[in-house]
Amino acid sequence: MTDEAVLRVRDLRVWYGTERGPVRAVDGVDLALVPGETLGVVGESGCGKSTLGRGLLGLLPEGAKAGGEVRFRGTDLFELSGRALRELRGPELGMIFQDPLTRLNPLWRVSEHFEELLRTHCPDISAEQIRHRSLATLRRMGIPPTRYRNYPHEFSGGMRQRIMIALGLVLNPAVLVADEPTTSLDVLVEAQIIRLLADLRRNFDTALLLITHNLGIVAEACDRVAVMYAGHVVETGDAREVFAAPAHPYTRELLRSTISLSTTGLHYIPGAPPDLVDPPPACRFHPRCPDAMQVCATRDPVTVSPRPGHRVACWLHGPAEQVGAGGDAPLVREEIDVADEA
Amino acid sequence: MVWAPIRSSRGLPRWLLGAGCTITLLFVVLAVFAPLIAPYDFDTFSADGQRFAQQAPPSAEHWFGTTVQALDVFSRVVFGARTALEVVVLSVAVSLLVGVPLGLVSGYFGRWLDRLLVLITDTVFSFPPLLLAIVLSFLLSGLLGGGVAPAALAITVVYVPQYFRVVRNTTFSAKEASYVEAARAIGAGPLTVITRYLFSNVVQSVPVIATLNAADAILTLAGLGFLGYGIQPTEAAEWGYDIQRAIADAGAGIWWTGLFPGLAIVLLVTGLTLVGEGLNETLNPTLRRRRLLPVTLPTRDTDAGGSR
Amino acid sequence: MPTRPEPAAGAATVLDVADLRVHFELRGSFLGRLLGRDAGSVQAVDGVTLSLRHGEVLGLVGESGSGKTTLGRALLGLVRPTAGSVCYRGTDLAGLRQAQLRPLRQRIQMVFQDPGAALNPAMDIETAVGHPLRIHGLVRDRDELRDRVHDALRRVGLVPVERFASKYPAELSGGQQQRAVLARAIILGPELLVADEPVSMLDMSVRAKILELMLDLRRDLDLSCVYITHDLATAKFFCDRVAIMYLGRIVEIGPTERIFADPAHPYTRALLAAVPEPDPTRTLTRQLPRGEVPDGVDPPGGCSFHPRCPHAFAPCGWEGRDVRALLEQRWTALDEADYAAEQALFADLAELDVRGSRLRIRPAASRSAESIRALLEQVRVGDPDEPLWRGVRQVSVADGACVVDFVEGVDPNLGPVDEGAVACHLYDPAYR
Ligand SMILES: Nc1ncnc2c1ncn2[C@@H]1O[C@H](COP(=O)(O)OP(=O)(O)OP(=O)(O)O)[C@@H](O)[C@H]1O
Ligand SMILES: Nc1ncnc2c1ncn2[C@@H]1O[C@H](COP(=O)(O)OP(=O)(O)O)[C@@H](O)[C@H]1O
Ligand code: SF4
Ligand code: SF4
Ligand SMILES: [Mg+2]
Ligand SMILES: [Mg+2]
Repeated sequence: MTDEAVLRVRDLRVWYGTERGPVRAVDGVDLALVPGETLGVVGESGCGKSTLGRGLLGLLPEGAKAGGEVRFRGTDLFELSGRALRELRGPELGMIFQDPLTRLNPLWRVSEHFEELLRTHCPDISAEQIRHRSLATLRRMGIPPTRYRNYPHEFSGGMRQRIMIALGLVLNPAVLVADEPTTSLDVLVEAQIIRLLADLRRNFDTALLLITHNLGIVAEACDRVAVMYAGHVVETGDAREVFAAPAHPYTRELLRSTISLSTTGLHYIPGAPPDLVDPPPACRFHPRCPDAMQVCATRDPVTVSPRPGHRVACWLHGPAEQVGAGGDAPLVREEIDVADEA
Repeated sequence: MVWAPIRSSRGLPRWLLGAGCTITLLFVVLAVFAPLIAPYDFDTFSADGQRFAQQAPPSAEHWFGTTVQALDVFSRVVFGARTALEVVVLSVAVSLLVGVPLGLVSGYFGRWLDRLLVLITDTVFSFPPLLLAIVLSFLLSGLLGGGVAPAALAITVVYVPQYFRVVRNTTFSAKEASYVEAARAIGAGPLTVITRYLFSNVVQSVPVIATLNAADAILTLAGLGFLGYGIQPTEAAEWGYDIQRAIADAGAGIWWTGLFPGLAIVLLVTGLTLVGEGLNETLNPTLRRRRLLPVTLPTRDTDAGGSR
Repeated sequence: MPTRPEPAAGAATVLDVADLRVHFELRGSFLGRLLGRDAGSVQAVDGVTLSLRHGEVLGLVGESGSGKTTLGRALLGLVRPTAGSVCYRGTDLAGLRQAQLRPLRQRIQMVFQDPGAALNPAMDIETAVGHPLRIHGLVRDRDELRDRVHDALRRVGLVPVERFASKYPAELSGGQQQRAVLARAIILGPELLVADEPVSMLDMSVRAKILELMLDLRRDLDLSCVYITHDLATAKFFCDRVAIMYLGRIVEIGPTERIFADPAHPYTRALLAAVPEPDPTRTLTRQLPRGEVPDGVDPPGGCSFHPRCPHAFAPCGWEGRDVRALLEQRWTALDEADYAAEQALFADLAELDVRGSRLRIRPAASRSAESIRALLEQVRVGDPDEPLWRGVRQVSVADGACVVDFVEGVDPNLGPVDEGAVACHLYDPAYR
């Protein structure tokens, strides 16, 4: 499995410089994406999901620094020149953003968006080929060919998002990062788009990283899930298995606090994700974790693999010999006020 | 709240503000303490029963020399600062008092009131400012007699439309904000909404315009004086008038009568403009860039992932 | 954890809304206005009738643009209804002037979707929360004001009060801002709370906390609530009754249990099927309605859900636009040459966008009307189950154009079903 990964991230760190000190938005993440799979990334706001998604494509905002490595088919993106990286973006690495209207140029027809994109990346392409490839991709997204020459404002929100996805797919990238692609959409349209994304893995060989705060979407559209907390990935594994039997207390609490149609009682995680300028020591979840033990406040948890393909960083899962004598005694937590929330 | 961005400003905006404030303060000191700083009154041409020399070059006795009327140039420059400040403070205060409430009311109520006010202010706005000031100053001095007030009011009318426009436009967009709806939902009447909810959020851009207008007002005042429609020389010292009188001197190689009032105008206008631009950079969030600080990733001692 | 307290049976009616309409005139282009051309209007709320009993929580659920917020605002008199009435305990708000409405604001309060925007950024929390008391002159002095504000802040969990009272909204998190908005809403001791998507802007882990607070407030303060949301899961948890809205109308209303266990309207069923559930046993095999909520300026004829409805039949309001949508849908599946050939038959596709029960399709210059008729026939044979054909009376050729005659569309009325009401011809005895 490891060898076939198209994108492999090792110890990725992305920090932002601020007046209060560095914000450790992504702080030591290991991930792998195989062709044709969909990986969902979930976590509360401010846990570093978007930063991770951009970091995977080598997109860093001004003032940010990255460490570690992101290997795309063996080449480390951070070692490439700016130009070489830009050439990869589009044909190999694609991104879909949350708000499609701000990403589409209001003065360009849909056709012009495709022409511009295809011409930049395939200089020799003929006008006929552009039309053909664009229409073929748009069709798959359910946009009729009659609308090819319309302007973005002539489409509804869901159609614009589908056009964005089509633009992301027309070059057939190997890796696509979608950052909350449905957050601004209505329930039914959201479901349609999620279906489309779920169909992607069957029809294309694209590896999709789907960032969302909706656990339901992950359960329905993703093969694997990565749960992020305070800059760390705390659990990864098969989406269904993780949701059926979450190993990390954060995953479990997150699932319990989601309000779904089967919810009969309210539940929430006390407190809020930490300020990433000064995160809690050792396990970053320990001030909020109902299962916290003595060792959790003193030593970083070790990532273990209870099942093949399932990784979790929590002392509950050992290794027992490293917990030490008395390390598993319950930790007395400080009281958290109700209003201490994100 | 209001001061926080100014206190935390850095770099160019802070420098602009600092320099501008220093220059402006210098003139405020000159204006307030003019009788103490200036050796003579602005219309004094003799001391101890002895007439000053006419058109005397700068000397220990008359630092900036004297004019053809034997007036001490230094004293006139200092008293000129007082006139300028008086006019500016008066005109800015009155235009704020008129322009801001009109803008709030017009933006909040909209409809025919808004259309009428916009029409009137646009008409005023479309006149060349100096021409308008001349006409008004002419009319007002007939009504109010001479002195600082007619000039100040003439300038006021020129600037009211600017405050009106800015406040009206921001009110127009601010009243769509959900906190205005929320205020109505708790039972606030229009007056409460305007004074407690809109005012403080709408006036943010006013200090910037006020300082920039103050700079502009100095120039307009000097223009009025230069053309002879401003404050009469017997009533107060005024830089524009002095420059106009100095034109004839320039040909005769007498530079000091024109240079010093001119310099005063340039300095004060620059000072106020710097304050205005500095405020704009600090208060205007679209221009305010988040400060980025360098980050260094500590190298990992465990494995190969190093910092870049 | 507390669940819903039952509203007292036979409790008094707090709110009675009858045939409420709120239309917004669109301001067209300058030229259009000059020529007296009407830019049309959005029928944001288009004939809504409902009532709310004391102590009850009524949910308004629907996609965006369905008129939920506008209806909520009309309940407070924040927008003037175009027609109909909103009676709060016998007083019709629609007939009152703003000044007469203001005292009533003590009884009806609102919570907003974006808590950050609902608080004046230049007012600290203590002043903001206490402002309703000052506006209505309900406190004698500063001490009393402070005490009551602090009580309210404590009530919504903003403790220690000293830590929050002097803060400005920007210094609080979204959840804390929403708590402050709730404190401001309850400080006057209202009877009715209109909550417009109070948790949709909040992070999922904060939603449960705010919902729990709202449940507590509702129980302790004996509130009646109108809960507006597009999130069915929270509606199911929070509401006693639910009204499903689509394009300005209520399409189904009934007790929460019945709506969720046995949804009657096809739209309700679709919404329920679309909710993603974090349930590892569920799979993605469900039928979703096609397309999106149409533009409210020119809603579809007949039942406005018919273009998306999988069960639509003859009387549902079929028209020219639906034929165009059907053709475009077909073309997304054709390859380019076939698409080009088919499209070339039509003189102008925009001509299909007409209302009414008769559609004339002109062929392109060198093509015949017969070939269009043949194409439509081919489409029908290809997918005979397509609901549109149930509403097509006949396709013929006349005067050099292909003519499609539809069954006259009928607007479904909200009719009773067991427990509640639904607006759908499927439940209308006349069509069974
Ligand atoms: N450009 C930036 N400069 C400084 N800090 C930033 C920047 N972008 C993000 N951050 C900080 O990094 C952390 C992680 O941010 P990120 O946007 O990745 O979180 P997220 O999980 O995507 O949250 P959300 O669900 O709100 O989008 C947050 O504390 C955020 O404030
Ligand atoms: N002030 C307004 N002017 C014009 N149209 C409006 C206005 N407010 C709402 N609308 C329109 O009314 C319809 C219903 O809006 P709204 O009540 O906000 O729906 P929801 O809350 O369900 O999203 C939408 O089509 C919207 O564009
Ligand atoms: S390591 Fe300890 S504190 Fe962290 S999640 Fe596991 S049990 Fe909780
Ligand atoms: S009336 Fe009923 S069956 Fe007909 S379109 Fe509407 S919802 Fe569907
Ligand atoms: Mg994000
Ligand atoms: Mg809304």
